[in-house]
Amino acid sequence: MYKIIVLAKQVPDTRNVGKDAMKADGTVNRAALPAIFNPEDLNALELALEIKDRYPETRITLLTMGPVRAAEILREGMYRGADAGVLLTDKAFAGSDTLATSYALSCAIRKIGDFDLILAGRQAIDGDTAQVGPQVAEKLGIPQITYAEEIISLVEKTIRVKRRLERGFELVESPLPVLITAHSTAPECRPRNAKRLMKYKRATTLSERHSASDDYLASHLEKSYLAITEWCAKDVNSDLVQLGLGGSPTKVRQVENIVFQAKESKVLTAGDADIEWLMQELIAQHTIG
Amino acid sequence: MNNVCVYCEFEEGRIQDVSFELLTKGRSLANQLNCKLEALVLGEGLAGIEDEISKYGVDSIYIADDKRLYPYTTLPHTAVAVGLFKETKPQIVLMGATSIGRDLGPRISSSLTSGLTADCTNLEIGEYEDKKAGRTYEHLLYQIRPAFGGNIVATIVNPDNRPQMATVREGVMKKEIISETHKAEVIRPDIGQYLREEDLVVKIIERQIESSKINLKNSSIIIAGGYGVGSKENFNLLYELAHTIGAEVGASRAAVDAGFTDKERQIGQTGITVRPKLYIACGISGQIQHIAGMQDSAMVISINNDANAPINKLADYVIQGNLENIIPKMIRYYKKNIK
Repeated sequence: MYKIIVLAKQVPDTRNVGKDAMKADGTVNRAALPAIFNPEDLNALELALEIKDRYPETRITLLTMGPVRAAEILREGMYRGADAGVLLTDKAFAGSDTLATSYALSCAIRKIGDFDLILAGRQAIDGDTAQVGPQVAEKLGIPQITYAEEIISLVEKTIRVKRRLERGFELVESPLPVLITAHSTAPECRPRNAKRLMKYKRATTLSERHSASDDYLASHLEKSYLAITEWCAKDVNSDLVQLGLGGSPTKVRQVENIVFQAKESKVLTAGDADIEWLMQELIAQHTIG
Repeated sequence: MNNVCVYCEFEEGRIQDVSFELLTKGRSLANQLNCKLEALVLGEGLAGIEDEISKYGVDSIYIADDKRLYPYTTLPHTAVAVGLFKETKPQIVLMGATSIGRDLGPRISSSLTSGLTADCTNLEIGEYEDKKAGRTYEHLLYQIRPAFGGNIVATIVNPDNRPQMATVREGVMKKEIISETHKAEVIRPDIGQYLREEDLVVKIIERQIESSKINLKNSSIIIAGGYGVGSKENFNLLYELAHTIGAEVGASRAAVDAGFTDKERQIGQTGITVRPKLYIACGISGQIQHIAGMQDSAMVISINNDANAPINKLADYVIQGNLENIIPKMIRYYKKNIK
């Protein structure tokens, strides 16, 4: 059996970006956008679940950092097969860049304790930086394997992974523990399991339970698996100086709206005359031909 | 101390183009900062590599030629780069936003607690006023990149931590040889002092690097398809037009994500930057991330059934209508009029 931690992020769905996407200070206004499970983090979860298929005793803990509502993706992960969820949430994390985020996550991982593997998506669609995985690995002092497409083998404390590179691939071998980031070409995550959905749909964090009824809380006391762990900055023994905007080496100096230098365009129709004229024009200018 | 350093990527027997592009940018940044330009090359079989690099106006080249450094693996390259940077204390470190640079950059930045900005589309030097602290910083690196969502570009700075690190995609900067005869000082550090046994735990079992069949960057005519192309089948129209007029086919990220074509053809901030003579945008709306990769095209034709597509503002010619109808006509009238 293996102990696996999967790092996941709830991200604004960048396919549905509106006008209120950015706040005046240049950070993302998450409240204004539909929030989803970051796609490559789902690939990472699937790689973890495949290991659990082979070694059923394996325990998968899903860890996310974000606002209270990020517990949604923890439940989503539990419906698909994760054993437990941990939400790391605190105002002190607000405005964190990748380095401050990695620091906070590494503190939470230390608090979780023993692990063999950490899996994460290569990058999140709201920033595309691909930095948090390697930075977490560095903070924990373990090796990293980025852009994983397939886990070829896992035997005792040795893992073989196929990495997808820009041009080509690589097969690498590493001892455990190791951090692996999943590429979008890794297997797609399995769907929700109906039984698990019934089992975990009332799983909640402490913050969510504040607004719950007494009956509901009573059922919770009986079923400990319904309690999603919720930690704040203090719970994971993090140094406040290294968190949030203050703990972030990178600062947003300014955010500008881009105004294209509009050219004077000539508008043509799809009619034969217009297209023939254009092709003659391009040939005459020696742009084509 | 306080210089600009470019991590030069050595792969398949040669330094990658993106490294030369960054050396060219690094030279101009070093001139503005009145400091030196340094290069760092880690690999094996590097004899004579300094001659290739010197030409870009490099002052000093750090070369580590060792079998433990090739092929690239994360930990040994991190150990050597971090060890060296702790001594040489560069103010700026630039790397390619490649499979290697995006694996190595964050590891180094975490180790040195320095800020790193990925996929910059421009780098400049300027000042920064921290209003809260009432402090003004001079000569910082502006790391400029399109930000999340809409038509927004963010300028990122690292006021306090060094080095200021940035990655840049291939093709974003232009490479330019400063002098064929320029000779840089060569420094061969003893890497034994940086590498530990535990840095060698990850082993490469097999490796296959394919040379790219698609040459978008050097193509003078590019036909690019977006989400509006609608399907993989419709992309065939683009290939057909490309074949007829001698062009290469590119794509927007939306088209790649939709599975219409390969990632290798992606143009834009997280793809390739191109500067062709003619860019024909088919069913591309024109997100800033895409524009960032094609705005220097000499001529742009936009084929779109949306008259208000943002890319139309950049276009010399806008053809309104369906590309299923328009492209076959372009092929027909090209063949009719070409001698």
